[in-house]
Amino acid sequence: MRTRWILALVLTLLLAGCTGGGGNGSANGRITLRFQSLAWQDESVTANKELVKEWNATHPDVKVEYVQGSWDSVHDQLLTSFEGGEAPDIIHDASDDLADFAYGGYLADLRNLLPARLKSDIPQRSWDTATFGDGIYGVPFLQEPRVLIANATWLKKARVRIPTPEHPWSWPEFRDITRRLSGDGKYGVAWPLKEPVSATLNLSLSAGGELFHRGTDGKVTVRFDKADQVVPRTIHDQVNVDHSASPTTLGSGGSDTLPGFFGGKYAMIPLGFSYRQQIVQQAPKGFDWQVLPAPAGADGLTQGVSPQTLSIAEDSPHKKQAAEFIDFLLQPKNMVRLALGDWMLPTGTQALKSPALHTTKDDWATGTALAGDLNSAPAQSVRGYPEWKDKVATPALQEYYSGAIDLTELRQRLEKDGNLVLARYQR
Amino acid sequence: MKTSTGARAGQYIALLAYLVFLAFPLLWLISTAFKSPRELGSLHPTWIPRHPTLANFRQAFDEQPLLHAALNSLLAALGAALIAVVIATPMAWVMARRRTLLARAATGWVVVSQAFPFVLVIIPLFLVLKNLRLIDSLAGLVLVYVVWSLPFALWMLVGYVWAVPPELEEAAAVDGAGRLRTLVSVTAPLLAPGIVATALFAFVTAWNEFFFALVLLKTPEKQTLPVVLTHFIGAEGVADLGPLAAAAFLATLPSLIVFALIQRRLTGGMLTGAVKS
Repeated sequence: MRTRWILALVLTLLLAGCTGGGGNGSANGRITLRFQSLAWQDESVTANKELVKEWNATHPDVKVEYVQGSWDSVHDQLLTSFEGGEAPDIIHDASDDLADFAYGGYLADLRNLLPARLKSDIPQRSWDTATFGDGIYGVPFLQEPRVLIANATWLKKARVRIPTPEHPWSWPEFRDITRRLSGDGKYGVAWPLKEPVSATLNLSLSAGGELFHRGTDGKVTVRFDKADQVVPRTIHDQVNVDHSASPTTLGSGGSDTLPGFFGGKYAMIPLGFSYRQQIVQQAPKGFDWQVLPAPAGADGLTQGVSPQTLSIAEDSPHKKQAAEFIDFLLQPKNMVRLALGDWMLPTGTQALKSPALHTTKDDWATGTALAGDLNSAPAQSVRGYPEWKDKVATPALQEYYSGAIDLTELRQRLEKDGNLVLARYQR
Repeated sequence: MKTSTGARAGQYIALLAYLVFLAFPLLWLISTAFKSPRELGSLHPTWIPRHPTLANFRQAFDEQPLLHAALNSLLAALGAALIAVVIATPMAWVMARRRTLLARAATGWVVVSQAFPFVLVIIPLFLVLKNLRLIDSLAGLVLVYVVWSLPFALWMLVGYVWAVPPELEEAAAVDGAGRLRTLVSVTAPLLAPGIVATALFAFVTAWNEFFFALVLLKTPEKQTLPVVLTHFIGAEGVADLGPLAAAAFLATLPSLIVFALIQRRLTGGMLTGAVKS
């Protein structure tokens, strides 16, 4: 008897839980838009939710629903939603994830949807990151340079010249300084290169390395020229020749290197600008750290970035209203709120002028000074790039950095094997 | 044959090492859940937190609707387990007792169906559920979980049915019981340990499942616990480690409790199904 009661209770609960709710689109003449955000840090989620709330308070006819997405699985989740015709109206993602969706016709071309204010506020070099073919498929709004997070006390004690955005280190100078900082089981730098391709390619822009070259026939080929070799060779030599870079962090993510950094094992770690949040949270009391610009090459401090983007689903029946919401979200003062929440830089020129981004607290000013040098990451619009990255470049660079292969072999693999992969996508 | 003391000691050491190996991730998770961000950034981490804190649990509950997500997971997992068992029990009985071509084909289908990865079926499944208007509903998710766990549940239960002597069913038939009565009153009670083990398997599979829940549920209020846990993970794998560990620890508790409660029955059930007498 008791079993039957329990069974009945469970079934009632199930029925209650499995039914009801839902509903979107237009109800009572009111439009409902779904905004899938990937914000994940507390401050960032709060900023996004507050902005949605403010929009809903001032736009009674267009209600925006906040949907929480996840960086961890966004590509697969979006792909399935697009295929099933159930994608959110407004999509938060990153520019290097958009190519497949843009070419696949899942995203709306924003050229005729966005207001002139927003178009002129964001520089062309940022729009380039979300341009595929002739169309623009995302609004780039947050980005971060790769910087050197340094143990300020260590550098001061070693009496090395502290670089600034106006007078950065050159790559040879950086190598020399890391050599001077090393010894007794300590390293001048720890490269967290779990994802070696994007780090290498993005930093190589500073030396003029482009790696991917588009011919007159429109086809892209890989060419590993002298300029492309500057950054990989520096890292390789730091690890294998000078022993000024830790060999154990080559397979690590950025967060994994922080304990060694705090523990005084590494003087510097090249990380994304937003890692400052983790450093503020985790650094031992009294630990003095600072942000330094990444080394400069023939092209100065230029580096590649893949900004976070906001896109509109092609299937959305309310593209105009979705674009209006994006415009609201990316008003200069709102863009600043989003940037501060994510510890990143806004792409908007007006937002970048905000005093909050020019303070010395947490070295915001150093990062903001680098905003003008951030360009589109190489190859993110090249078809076949993901396969080239996973099957050719990642293992080749990992082997090169660990000393298993030399530069000639690296070049051969990146070019010969790489071009075979790209050719399949360009027939 | 008598085992020497040395060999016995070696066996115990190996067993202990294996237990430590199995328990390590869980113990580390618990340790991490009680550490402050500063301690998590320490170069020399310790097993026992130096300054234990509940801040990670507070932050996890503040930032994400963990209780609501846990309730959704519970409903989905319970629903999947119940329905899978209700469908699988009579099916398993037929497959075990009737050696027909259809039963053999069904057994083959069960084996083949295990070979399909999630990503292969997710888009067709999504479209089917969309046509049935079951996208973004726990009912749709339960249906998927039932379908997903049914083959293995069947596979498990067939083994248990084999272990029940057919003579008992024949005796019931001689006494005038029909097939349904025999199944309900004679076979099912004898299968109880197997049914519990199978239900537990279906429950744990559904409780931990992530990808289907991620793709099929849109409304935040309907999301299950594994999906909500990923909200502690950011771009490039950067994670809010403390709250993530705290939430993940809480998410493992129901499975641990269920296992602890029915462990004896489960072991008995597994042994019953293991050997065909």
